[in-house]
Amino acid sequence: MLIIGEKLSIIAKRVREAMMKKDKGPIQEIAISQWKAGAGMIDANIGPAEDGGEDLMQWMVTTIQAVVPLPVCLDTTNSSALEAGLKVHNSQWGKPLINSTSNDPERFPILELGAKYNAQVIGLTVGKGGLPADAEERAAIAAEIMARAMEYGVPLEDIYLDPLVLQIATSQDHARHVIKAIKMFQEMNDPPMKTVVGLSNISNGCPKTLRPILNRYYFMLLMLEGLTAAIADAHEMAEVTKTYDVMMGKTLYAHSYLEM
Amino acid sequence: MAFVASKETYSGKVYQVNIGTGANAANLGGENVLPFHSFEGTVPNKPVIAYEIQDVPPTDWPENVQKPYSSVSGDPVAWAKFCQDNLKAKAIALRLLGTHPDRENRSPEVAAKTVKDVLSAINVPLIILGSNHAEKDAPVLVAAAEAAKDRNCIIGKAQEANYKTIVAAAMANNHKLIAMSELDINLSKQLNILITQMGFDKERLVTDPMCSALGYGLEYTYSVMERIRLAALTQNDLTMQPPMLADVGMYVWKIKEAQAPESEMPLWGNTEERGIAWEATTATALLVSGAELLIMRHPRAIEAVEKLIEELV
Repeated sequence: MLIIGEKLSIIAKRVREAMMKKDKGPIQEIAISQWKAGAGMIDANIGPAEDGGEDLMQWMVTTIQAVVPLPVCLDTTNSSALEAGLKVHNSQWGKPLINSTSNDPERFPILELGAKYNAQVIGLTVGKGGLPADAEERAAIAAEIMARAMEYGVPLEDIYLDPLVLQIATSQDHARHVIKAIKMFQEMNDPPMKTVVGLSNISNGCPKTLRPILNRYYFMLLMLEGLTAAIADAHEMAEVTKTYDVMMGKTLYAHSYLEM
Repeated sequence: MAFVASKETYSGKVYQVNIGTGANAANLGGENVLPFHSFEGTVPNKPVIAYEIQDVPPTDWPENVQKPYSSVSGDPVAWAKFCQDNLKAKAIALRLLGTHPDRENRSPEVAAKTVKDVLSAINVPLIILGSNHAEKDAPVLVAAAEAAKDRNCIIGKAQEANYKTIVAAAMANNHKLIAMSELDINLSKQLNILITQMGFDKERLVTDPMCSALGYGLEYTYSVMERIRLAALTQNDLTMQPPMLADVGMYVWKIKEAQAPESEMPLWGNTEERGIAWEATTATALLVSGAELLIMRHPRAIEAVEKLIEELV
């Protein structure tokens, strides 16, 4: 299970302030903390970043990789910021991941960047027409994204299909549609397609005390369906992945297994 | 088309544990493959067999295994030298049986003196074992570890009930440590974790999953050892990668088959040959399941198993 450590988002006040002031301290502290808790990649979410996005993404990638030996997930809708980040990404610990392309024509050129910089790309299964209604619609969009990836020269093993997790509080039915979509996505190719979710969106808008509970149980269900990766807080998920690995026989049980 | 053997690759590796000092120091473990699978990877060290001796005369051993040592076993120093010089022992395991409260109940100081005397007479690696009385072993092994300071011995056995004191003694005096649990792979892992959480380097451990003799639960030991080794190699479980010990002699030479006289059991054949074969067979099974260190008693059983190791490695 690949955890993409999610705590470096412009939405968080402390991170936003550090980004504005180019203060490396908080950024590196969070990156290290996510890495130590088991993250295999660090998400750098700079938002739309319309002004100075190129500089900001480059600064984020180099600031993170200066202290953590992991690839970075470049998370922005600004494609020139993405390209700037890809140029400075150090891929000795793994390929970068672009978040994201979709079935919206405006997002097609992202695949060009993937091919040009040998990066992995998240394919978000939404189109211009709005949210997919169910798992089948997500799979249909996934098929289009896969065809387009091949056309642009991005190998299918570099695509992570994202079924778009929605809020349980407002879109309860989608929780099960997403579970089903994770299963369907894998059946669309041999070897199975990789999958990723933005996990914490399930509990967006829920009371603070409920959020970790919703996130963790949902994560366990998705893992059981074969989920490859999750953008999530590595600290919050450490117990879940360790317990899952013990229950699935991937690691040997000992009373102290959570401390390992 | 030529035959091509299919090969497994493993993600983990057994730690290499160095014991003893000087020219006769030895290495245990270090391989990244299942036992004797040298065609799949590297096996830098052969399994080591230690001759078992004890601090009191072996009157508790069957006569056939007392016999080879009858001229020396009254004195642990002479016994140790005999094993090293006459039998070419590559290592010696000194069991401080005389410290057991139900035996001579010797003090830790007396045990420490025995350790010192034995060490000054030999130059092969020494394994220092308590009497397997969890409570008494703690002070005995502390004194023994101090007496053997910097000779890079293996001390043991640390068990769930007494590990803290023994771990601290091994750490303070630069020894390796045997961690023993009772035929339970999960408790074996847990003990290794607890010991390393005290600051003891996991690469200085030797795991004893508890031995048993052929016909008396050998398949349990075999299975636990095999699963420990698979966790180490295929799951790269860092807590399960120490080399393993099989304490063969003490389990084999107390069973009926190793001592019942031929007059009582005519179909079982010669008693001495039977006992030797029993010890060698038990040891062989445990080598195949992953033991890197064996503690054995009869010189002819050891000779047979060493020959087998030579041929298999």
